[in-house]
Amino acid sequence: MIKVQRDPFDMGEELSSFSQDNHSIGGVCAFMGQVRDMAEDASVSAMTLEHYPGMTEKALEKIEAEAHERWELEKTLIIHRYGRLDAGDPIVLVVVASAHRAAAFDACRFLMDWLKTQAPFWKQEETDKGPQWVVARQSDDEAASRWGDVPANAPESS
Amino acid sequence: MKIFYFAFLRERAGVSEEDVSPPENVIDVKSLMEWIKGRGGGFADAMADPSVVRVAVNQEYVQQDALVKSGDEVAFFPPVTGG
Repeated sequence: MIKVQRDPFDMGEELSSFSQDNHSIGGVCAFMGQVRDMAEDASVSAMTLEHYPGMTEKALEKIEAEAHERWELEKTLIIHRYGRLDAGDPIVLVVVASAHRAAAFDACRFLMDWLKTQAPFWKQEETDKGPQWVVARQSDDEAASRWGDVPANAPESS
Repeated sequence: MKIFYFAFLRERAGVSEEDVSPPENVIDVKSLMEWIKGRGGGFADAMADPSVVRVAVNQEYVQQDALVKSGDEVAFFPPVTGG
């Protein structure tokens, strides 16, 4: 399941109901990303995430479907927020359940790596030096490339 | 044809979306970008550096050689920063 939403989410609440009705599940792996208060050279008080309504949902559905193609998974959840978030606020939650742990760990990492480089969101930070757009990093492309070829996202010079 | 701009390309273009009717020689993303750039001002700024322009046609990622036609929804945006 994917959810693209402005509202906050409660990780504990999402996890508590995630696997209780499916006893084929042997393990659940979760990753939560939140707004960090430091950029490379400035302190960050808040961040605004822009998205492309329609395409963003489609892209997340594709990324989720790709994970199910690659691993035997019982259940997945991706929640990604947009709008203005303060430092410390949750941005993204990925939860993966499978019969055995390896698939859950690997698919969770895969989903985050692909969200970084394939999900249509753009972050602008509010810093002590003024607003600045977050630049896509080649290191994120390299992390995603461990899962096979995908088109490069970051500009070559970064 | 409907055009969307996101993030700093939206800021440079000065609009988030517009309806356009490009001339017949605009057949693919590359020629569409050239035509948009040729309109000058903020549009020229937005298209000044193609290496930071990513493109979707009808909400699917494409490369700059992808064909475009009347009625398409074309989006221009910087490299994404999701997650």
